[in-house]
Amino acid sequence: MALPAEMTQPKIMKPARDVGIAGYGAYVPRYRLPAVEVSRVWKEGTGGTPIKEKAVPGLDEDTATMSVEAARNAVTRAQIAPTEIRAVWVGSESHPYAVKPTSTIVAESIGAVPSTMGADWQFACKAGTEAFQASMGLVGSGMAEYAMAIGMDTAQGKPGDALEYTAGAGGAAYLIGPAEESLAVIEGSYSFVTDTPDFWRRANKPYPEHGSRFTGEPAYFKHVVGATEALMDAMGTTPSDYAHAIFHQPNAKFPMRVGKMMGFQANQIETGLLVPMIGNTYAGAALIGLSAVLDVAKPGDLILMTSFGSGAGSDCFQLRITDKIEKRQKLAPTTQQYIKRRTEIDYATYTRFRGKLVMK
Amino acid sequence: MQVSRHWRLQQQRYALVGQVCTDCEEKIFPPRGVCPNCAKETDAQFEFSGRGKVYSFSTVYTAPAGFEGSAPYTIGLVQLEEGPLITAQLTDIDNDHVEIGLDVEMVTRKLLQDGDRGVLVYGYKFRPVVPVWELEPEDALFALA
Ligand SMILES: [Zn+2]
Repeated sequence: MALPAEMTQPKIMKPARDVGIAGYGAYVPRYRLPAVEVSRVWKEGTGGTPIKEKAVPGLDEDTATMSVEAARNAVTRAQIAPTEIRAVWVGSESHPYAVKPTSTIVAESIGAVPSTMGADWQFACKAGTEAFQASMGLVGSGMAEYAMAIGMDTAQGKPGDALEYTAGAGGAAYLIGPAEESLAVIEGSYSFVTDTPDFWRRANKPYPEHGSRFTGEPAYFKHVVGATEALMDAMGTTPSDYAHAIFHQPNAKFPMRVGKMMGFQANQIETGLLVPMIGNTYAGAALIGLSAVLDVAKPGDLILMTSFGSGAGSDCFQLRITDKIEKRQKLAPTTQQYIKRRTEIDYATYTRFRGKLVMK
Repeated sequence: MQVSRHWRLQQQRYALVGQVCTDCEEKIFPPRGVCPNCAKETDAQFEFSGRGKVYSFSTVYTAPAGFEGSAPYTIGLVQLEEGPLITAQLTDIDNDHVEIGLDVEMVTRKLLQDGDRGVLVYGYKFRPVVPVWELEPEDALFALA
């Protein structure tokens, strides 16, 4: 895709002090709704399904509780005292309260209060990588030694809508810290944003709306390619330099297609492509793809991650794995361990778990 | 709902924070200011590991007000690895899979909500320990849809 010159010669975002990932943690709830169940109820089982199944939160789970578990895993891997964390930032489009931060519930639960910032971030599916980028700035400026960035969602699709097959639940937490203590150094970041009405949810409405065919070319592909090619151009890299690449994954086809458009091979994308097994985890999607990659990454590996959020924009990151990774991988459950902890449910149980039954 | 009462109990409920006797090192939960072992006063905080075993349990089919939406669920008497026995709801488990001696770990979950306007109350529950699988190469691979 041809881009104007000013887009392909960007200033890469990199803090004055080198920063990286000191600890990370994933979370996926236990329940799975097979896509064929949605098809059975709404299409009499005809037509294809975009994924195999999606993760569904239990009755007592929400973005706050799921963030707490991922954050605890990140602190365990970093092996630091939670009182050293100066920001707890949660990116999501399913915060449990309309007004009252998710971040304070998480900060209190992990023992980071009271000397910490707390804020909830919002930008559709890229709210988590935004918090990740801001954490780089906070640590990189020396304002903080550690900042926690979380991307987590319990996404909802309108019953019978195409999104109901894929709207999943899960995400990951990242403890950003000084590069010398990191399991992966963040070598650079770039953001690419335009005003694009591809997907939205108005205030006080339970389900999102989408611009149907508008979601592909002018939204997902333009922004993911724009951010990724600009970053690679500025870093002087080519697709073959990366051991793994993670692209936002609303379904299985988009990330594979966007990767191939830019010259990435399927085997670079597969490790971080979780959507067929857990669905689209929205603000958690790129970040939990990264956690699955970190679980198996080796020192020296170069990793690329590009998120996408409707509205619209992409954040792209280049990371270099350090020799601290191997010990920390084993300190908390891996992403695949959560994915294997799997209990299948039917559409009836799903409607109960997701509060779709009218009780009074 | 008494918002202030729930707020005062937050720390012990979110992260299983109790006390430790400064004299005989007995671990105390819930915190009560006096050691049940040697009767000495203490205010030293202690954060429990969250690991324990199911000591006894009972499944609730007719739930009290505020919990009807979660029934049927199982309440466990959990023996923490540091000693104390505490009562808590078990989660992420089918009721007919609970057994005495089951290894469990603490998670922070939604306990109840005050209608659709009031506060959400979070606190500890226990679930089967997330088992550790060795990563197999094929874990990263799957057939693309
Ligand atoms: Zn004592």
